Amino acid sequence: MVVVTLRSPLRDLAEGSRQVDVEGATVGEALRALERRHPRIVGWILDEHGRVREHVNVFLGGARVAEDAPVAADDVLHVLPSISGGRR
Amino acid sequence: MTELLVGTKKGLFVLRGEPGEPFDIVHRAFPGDVVEYAFRDPRSGRCFASVTSGFYGPRLFIAEDPAGEWRQATGPAFPEDVADTTVARIWIVEPAEEPGVLYAGTDPAALWRSEDDGETWELNRPLWNAPTRPEWRAGAGGLMLHTVCPWPGEPDRLAVAISAAGVWLTDDRGETWRTGYVGLDPQYIPEEAREGTHTLCVHKMERAPLRPERLFMQFHGSVYRSDDAGESWADFAAGLPAGFGFPVVVDPADPESAYVIPLVGAEDRVPPDGRVRVFETRDGGATWAGRGEGLPQAEAYLTILRQAFDADGGSPLGLYFGATSGDVFGSADGGSTWFTAATRLAPVTSVRVSG
Repeated sequence: MVVVTLRSPLRDLAEGSRQVDVEGATVGEALRALERRHPRIVGWILDEHGRVREHVNVFLGGARVAEDAPVAADDVLHVLPSISGGRR
Repeated sequence: MTELLVGTKKGLFVLRGEPGEPFDIVHRAFPGDVVEYAFRDPRSGRCFASVTSGFYGPRLFIAEDPAGEWRQATGPAFPEDVADTTVARIWIVEPAEEPGVLYAGTDPAALWRSEDDGETWELNRPLWNAPTRPEWRAGAGGLMLHTVCPWPGEPDRLAVAISAAGVWLTDDRGETWRTGYVGLDPQYIPEEAREGTHTLCVHKMERAPLRPERLFMQFHGSVYRSDDAGESWADFAAGLPAGFGFPVVVDPADPESAYVIPLVGAEDRVPPDGRVRVFETRDGGATWAGRGEGLPQAEAYLTILRQAFDADGGSPLGLYFGATSGDVFGSADGGSTWFTAATRLAPVTSVRVSG
């Protein structure tokens, strides 16, 4: 299982869960599994084509990763807002 | 009691009050997010809010009570086969002429239709696949479809406006489209490049419901009127202190009466002379009169955006607009005199009378 950690407001959309265990071989698959578990999160992290949104950062092992990055059991994905997204 | 839904750069404000006095802020929703547009569908009473998170993208929310709980709609979102394209902003949601049907306009410029009171949305593919789309150019706000004008009693007929790709018309519920470019003069591009251009920066367009073939338009640099359902346009800016501005409002009870709020120009988007004035025509645009009593009349350097001006449909007509200064102004007498409904909100993106 891969662990996805969430902050507010994503945590609120996941019914208050700080972390969610999901299956998946890539970042994108893991985040799609998160969406299936918590449908209110659809469209927030991934866009309609399954890409990580421009101003959302997904970190794995201290590095920012894209949706096609591979993940393994016990990996932890941290989902955070990017500092580039708050300008409006 | 009047209710306003005020979209701002920092959330939705629900204002309620008696015209002539400051309104109360009864609720703030979506704190920190841009609320591009919010309105109440008069048919169902249902409220819609287009919200853009700087981080998590755009989405449409629905509520029966704007001061209550909001929930997400499904879409608008581009289908899988429209590759590499995502919705950036939802600019408008507009009730159609059929029960339960609404239209939405987005950046990138696309029209969407919902047949279930806004719960789900489908892309209008004929307009999306317009052969000239590769030639369309974005304005400062993006390349977006920001205005939808249904035809009262005729659901097949629509006019939509795109910045900056002009007016598009359909008589078959969006199956086929044609342009309404005739007469529009894009003075912001060289004269030799104007013939046949698609770069027509419509800022806002509104239909006169009692004479549906008449529309008024605030263009990027002038004010136009069409009397043939948007096929062709004539310039009616003479008498205004400036041709530039964003919103236009038509008196729903009088096709001769319309309102604009002129700004100096594209390079300086503030009221001329620092005086906020709403200009009113009672003769179809032949003459205009400035109305500023009760509005800031000195050192006012604010902008009124395209969705930030609305009328309540009453008699006398109530008018409300918001500014990037965070102020909301209202008139209970058709624009003759004005009062301040709210101050120090975030920059206002939209204002709609909702009750």
